[in-house]
Amino acid sequence: MILYKQAPALLVIIPLLSALVVNMSGWFNRRACFPIAVLAMAATFGSSILTLLKVLDAGPFSYSLGGWPPPFGIEYAIDYLNSLVLVTISLVSLLAVIFAKLSVEKELPEKIPQFYTLFILLVTGLLGMTVTGDAFNLYVLLEIAALTGYALIALGDNRALVASFNYVILGTIGASFYLLGVGHLYIMTGSLNMGDLFNILPTLYATRAVFVAFLLVLCGAWLKMAFFPLHTWLPNAYAYAPSAASCLIAPLVTKVSVYVMIRIMLSVFSTEYVFNVLSLSGPIVWLAVLAIIFGSILALAQTDLKKMLTYLIVAEVGYMVGGVWLATNYGISGAILHIINDALMTFCLFVFAGIVIYKTGSHRLADLQGLFRKMPVTMTAFTIVALSMIGVPPTAGFFSKWYLILGAIAGGSYHFMAALLISSLVNAILFFRIFEIAYFEPRVGHHVEDATEIVVSEAPLSMLIPLLFTALGLIVIGLYSGAIVTNIIRHSVPPGL
Amino acid sequence: MEYLVSHYNYWIYTLLMMLGLYAMLAKNNLVKKVIGMSIFQTAIIVFYVSIGAKREATIPIIAHGHGSDAAHAAIDAMHYANPLPHVLMLTAIVVSVGTLGVALAICLGIYRRYNTLEEDEIQEQLQ
Repeated sequence: MILYKQAPALLVIIPLLSALVVNMSGWFNRRACFPIAVLAMAATFGSSILTLLKVLDAGPFSYSLGGWPPPFGIEYAIDYLNSLVLVTISLVSLLAVIFAKLSVEKELPEKIPQFYTLFILLVTGLLGMTVTGDAFNLYVLLEIAALTGYALIALGDNRALVASFNYVILGTIGASFYLLGVGHLYIMTGSLNMGDLFNILPTLYATRAVFVAFLLVLCGAWLKMAFFPLHTWLPNAYAYAPSAASCLIAPLVTKVSVYVMIRIMLSVFSTEYVFNVLSLSGPIVWLAVLAIIFGSILALAQTDLKKMLTYLIVAEVGYMVGGVWLATNYGISGAILHIINDALMTFCLFVFAGIVIYKTGSHRLADLQGLFRKMPVTMTAFTIVALSMIGVPPTAGFFSKWYLILGAIAGGSYHFMAALLISSLVNAILFFRIFEIAYFEPRVGHHVEDATEIVVSEAPLSMLIPLLFTALGLIVIGLYSGAIVTNIIRHSVPPGL
Repeated sequence: MEYLVSHYNYWIYTLLMMLGLYAMLAKNNLVKKVIGMSIFQTAIIVFYVSIGAKREATIPIIAHGHGSDAAHAAIDAMHYANPLPHVLMLTAIVVSVGTLGVALAICLGIYRRYNTLEEDEIQEQLQ
């Protein structure tokens, strides 16, 4: 019972403390790091499930840290939206840590304790950003997630250091913009609590300072989520990171930033201010259209598997930002559903890339030849994810796209609908190209005796489990997406749209 | 003119911030970029600290706050500086020191690998 009551605090405390334990155990016994990390992630996942159950049971609730009442103390505000995102984050990080074991042992044998410490701290930051109801607390956790992210990316291969440096510069600008925006809000209202700001701000909607604050916070979030045209840091940073690190960073960091944008728009400001007082929806939906089209086209141009996936992330961020700014009920529901679906799909794709790197040592598309014969199970899971990325029913990707398209039609944004359809077509081309490469065997000489036999050599079990679990999960979520939308997401979309 | 003078703290922070942004975007040397980043963050710290400051105000500790006459002492918020922005900035300073440390560590790694900190020379080697 006490666990049930304290679950929101445990969500942040468990990973924070276990990061310390993992780091210290690294001094004595490197082998202990992995089991501790798995236990910590499993416990975190348990607390997030408890939190979700509590919300489903009794509706949104507030947790006051240290017993200080909300406007003065730091509040954890749990509602339908963030409990769902919390479950996604903790599930993906649990699966990612299982995948990480062999990958880290191969790619970073000397830095195992450091890797797990940073990994768990990154999860702490992401969970904290999602759970908190305090605008300044969000900044601090944003920076915890960002700093650990820089370090994890810098652990990668040759070009990773330069990519990570660019990420540090742009990420810091983003976080500083956010902080500056919060400062403006504080000057105007004297409060940092999101619920409090929501109540005070309506009288100040006409002032220029609040407008500037909103723009600064929005730009900060956009830089962090790599929304076109602020995406330049993302492709290199994610492509050159160690595979275990990109499995965690690529699915979660951008999605949590999208969540932060939604939280600021709906819980600090209101739909009234964002969609009616400001008339920004039109230009921002156009930017999202550009993001989707540029991301898709640049993905087509890549010859490297991981690079291609990173440009797909840029396109997917366009889906979510555009969906929210459509200002329709369906659009916002679709964007929220897509946060969950896209986190799982991106995770799966990067796990696939990680397996390919682990088995073949290369991430060029041309080196995928013969994979269907060599790794049938992996490729089956990959096929499911690819179908979900394209948007084939009954996979999860279809349903979020469907809601986004319904939202675009309801809002009259036919250009956004067209961009979604074009992006689906491009995804179809991209993934069928990979299927084609993987079906064919490596080219052999004219003499029969030169031909090398292809033997089945499947990926290790600890890498297959996360992949298969998520691939099956995508189908299950697809089948139950109606239930998720009516029971959870519908409550997080404000009425009156 | 009066507008300029009465809001001088905002002008200083804007100036510092633009200086930092310029260094981050225009400088070729990576360490100079990092220092620019640090100036950028410091500008925001200056902004926060200046909004909490007040003329003729003292630190926010209530004098004679305990004992029997505590209840009688009239407290006027006008006489105290606002401590909240300052406390927030303690955290922000820690964050900016952390960022500076990570950025310099990455610079060190880059120097060890490429033997230079000039961006154009690194780009040449990456080609």
